[in-house]
Amino acid sequence: MIPAPTDTETPPPALSEYRRREQSIDIAPVGEQLVGSDQNKTTEELLTLNFGPHHPATHGVLRLLVTLQGEVVRDLKPIVGYVHTGIEKTAEDKAYWKVIPIVERMDYLSYYFNAMAYIGAVEALLEVEVPTRAQYLRVIHLELNRIASHLIWLGTSALDLGATSIFLYCLRERELILDLFEMSSGARMHTRYFQVGGVIEDIPAGFARKLREFLKVMPERAGEYGAILNANEIVLQRLRGTCPLDAQTLLGLGVTGPLLRAAGNPWDLRKAAPYSSYEDFEFKIPVGTVGDNYDRFAVRLAEIYESVKIVEQALDGLPEGPHITTDRKVALPPRHELATSMEALIHHFKLVTEGFRVPPGEMYYPIESPRGELGCYVRSDGSSKPARVHMRDPSFVNLQALAPMCRGNYIADMIATTAMLDPILGGIDR
Amino acid sequence: MKRDPMRVQSLNAAQMLRGSAISGPNQSAHLEGTELERYVQERVLTTTLDKTVAWARSNSFFPLGFGLACCAMEQFHAAGPRMDIARFGFEAFRASPRQADLIIIAGRVSIKMAPIIRRLYDQMLEPKWAISMGACCSSMGVFNNYALVPADKFLPVDVHVPGCPPRPEALMHGILKLRKLVQDDPDMGWRERYGAVGTEEAPLPTSPVVPTSPREHEERDA
Amino acid sequence: MPDATGLELLAKELGDAALETVYYRSRATVLVDPAQIRAVLAKLRGQGYAFLASVHGVDHYPEEPRLGVVYELLDMSRVDRVAVKLRVPTDAPRVESVTADWPTANHQEREIFDMFGVVFEGHPDLRRILMPEDYEGHPQRRDFPIGGEPVIFTRDEAKWLEARE
Repeated sequence: MIPAPTDTETPPPALSEYRRREQSIDIAPVGEQLVGSDQNKTTEELLTLNFGPHHPATHGVLRLLVTLQGEVVRDLKPIVGYVHTGIEKTAEDKAYWKVIPIVERMDYLSYYFNAMAYIGAVEALLEVEVPTRAQYLRVIHLELNRIASHLIWLGTSALDLGATSIFLYCLRERELILDLFEMSSGARMHTRYFQVGGVIEDIPAGFARKLREFLKVMPERAGEYGAILNANEIVLQRLRGTCPLDAQTLLGLGVTGPLLRAAGNPWDLRKAAPYSSYEDFEFKIPVGTVGDNYDRFAVRLAEIYESVKIVEQALDGLPEGPHITTDRKVALPPRHELATSMEALIHHFKLVTEGFRVPPGEMYYPIESPRGELGCYVRSDGSSKPARVHMRDPSFVNLQALAPMCRGNYIADMIATTAMLDPILGGIDR
Repeated sequence: MKRDPMRVQSLNAAQMLRGSAISGPNQSAHLEGTELERYVQERVLTTTLDKTVAWARSNSFFPLGFGLACCAMEQFHAAGPRMDIARFGFEAFRASPRQADLIIIAGRVSIKMAPIIRRLYDQMLEPKWAISMGACCSSMGVFNNYALVPADKFLPVDVHVPGCPPRPEALMHGILKLRKLVQDDPDMGWRERYGAVGTEEAPLPTSPVVPTSPREHEERDA
Repeated sequence: MPDATGLELLAKELGDAALETVYYRSRATVLVDPAQIRAVLAKLRGQGYAFLASVHGVDHYPEEPRLGVVYELLDMSRVDRVAVKLRVPTDAPRVESVTADWPTANHQEREIFDMFGVVFEGHPDLRRILMPEDYEGHPQRRDFPIGGEPVIFTRDEAKWLEARE
């Protein structure tokens, strides 16, 4: 709407809240280099640019209000909420078992991790014993999902930096991983494979063979991507030395995951507080030195190799045994028992209609997702529906680090940093 | 209405324009002015030229690069090497809505995002189509709650692709269905049903130009 | 987690700010007085819990005081977690913001304000973060309706059509 023309007597409109805040931004460090002598220095204003929710470089519907002085970013405000789905509210309305597909769709690239965090919390509240075979199967799927998530990160980040062919190569590998997921659970994404007490089904025949083929191929391909990008002068110039942030500031901001490891702090929950038999596997934690964009890129690329190693060890050491807990009050009985056993029929009926009840209590279960510490807080009040499910999403907390990283740097570095931050808006907005 | 072969149609049209009566089943010789022109248009000109234009449009969709949530990942896979969307000619994902003619709403539409998608749709130029990909934007999907809006509520959708998320094959099926729709029958009347004619961004009230459809232009000028 | 005795010792350190301790399924929670939350977190930081992993809200409807805020603290050197909880009633939902000491609480407190209505005093920028800025109501409260569209089945179609007219 064009406002009606005002006459010259009326005073100018008061400064908006945002303009008033930006007057306090210090432009002195660059002020002396401004063109023009003291006599004809014109008044200047900072430019507020809106990287709207629809933008090719924002990795989802992230809105950034960037205050610019020329090409230098002076302030950055992220505005989120454009894909808020009310997952936590919906989860309060459903039985514990039915919450699993709801919660899976939160951080939509690491769906197994969402399920694992929630299921871990519920299992801790119920004190359910998960058989070792189920734990190893969980580790296999979690690490495959980590590789898949890093491949999309690599593809979209390379797309932001201009290397469009890497995107298609990464999708080629991801198709192999999604084929494996489809073999084990029937769906490519959001598979409902993890259940409270274990996994829903054992892996089919042929899964191990196909997985080994994939594990043979993946390190070579990751090596190819590294070779392409590490030898590319443009990528190196855009990533090396741009937007570093030290580990102390990151810890204050609550940042975990590859961002913290790139800054030099080797904090990884798989090693520090192992869950689901991670202590049985031998793998290294890639750690960076400077904490700039190149380190973040290199740490994630190295994590792909480590994940391949973990899956190999898990597949080699996969023990025999049940794939889900034998506690019939929590897990569905196998179908062949329904024809012969009355108790199995009653358990099946109770579990499917009402679901199991969890004694009242609270639990916070953190795991290491591809983006950092993913924690799930579950509060139960004794009924068959959770009273509160909260996912502590790593992207939501890591987003607070974007502003300190980008202040005083060029706008092109901001694009590269957003890519290296790996924000997933589904997790941020939930 | 069964169409006569090309030769018969052109003979009938020539006779009509000369004002003489027509023999045969189409006894509508007393049309005048715009009615006559419309009659001629519908019978003679809705032929090879329109079909060619529809064929060209359907085989060169420029999708808008727009993905919201999990369905966007499967949209990437539809553009990926296995389920190659470039086979059909649709790999030119445009970043700007002004240059795109197909918006694939991939993902859950929250109430904060709905007006923005509507603005994007308005900025696209006619002819434009919308595919609602996934269960969340077609209906409410998995999350039937306060935070979501189904896409039908704020923009006219041509094809709904169900799934959560739909496989790349399912998305391709939906896109090819849209292609067939555009080829065979571009105007099934849904635009009138939704009142979607001329859905570009409205001009400012002080501007003298008021957008009309081409037919209304002719009626005004005639 | 500190074990049960460790938790009791911790609570004694906090003095009169700690109202109650809960040790359940290896998780240690300390319920504290809402007015002293900053001092409590500073004291725990002195004890080694230097990383604030998560700040989230709970609605204990219908028990009063209804709104709870939980702070999950982590000691990275000893791999120890402790949770600090406080509860405020709906008619006076004011808690002092800890963002000045713990910058990670910025967005998380905004989310609790958005979803539950807890006002954090001293927060640099307390606005809604997930819902639109002019939204009314706090969705995550237990008495807020879940909303959504009614699902129209074909067998009910006639009923819906006549209800529309």
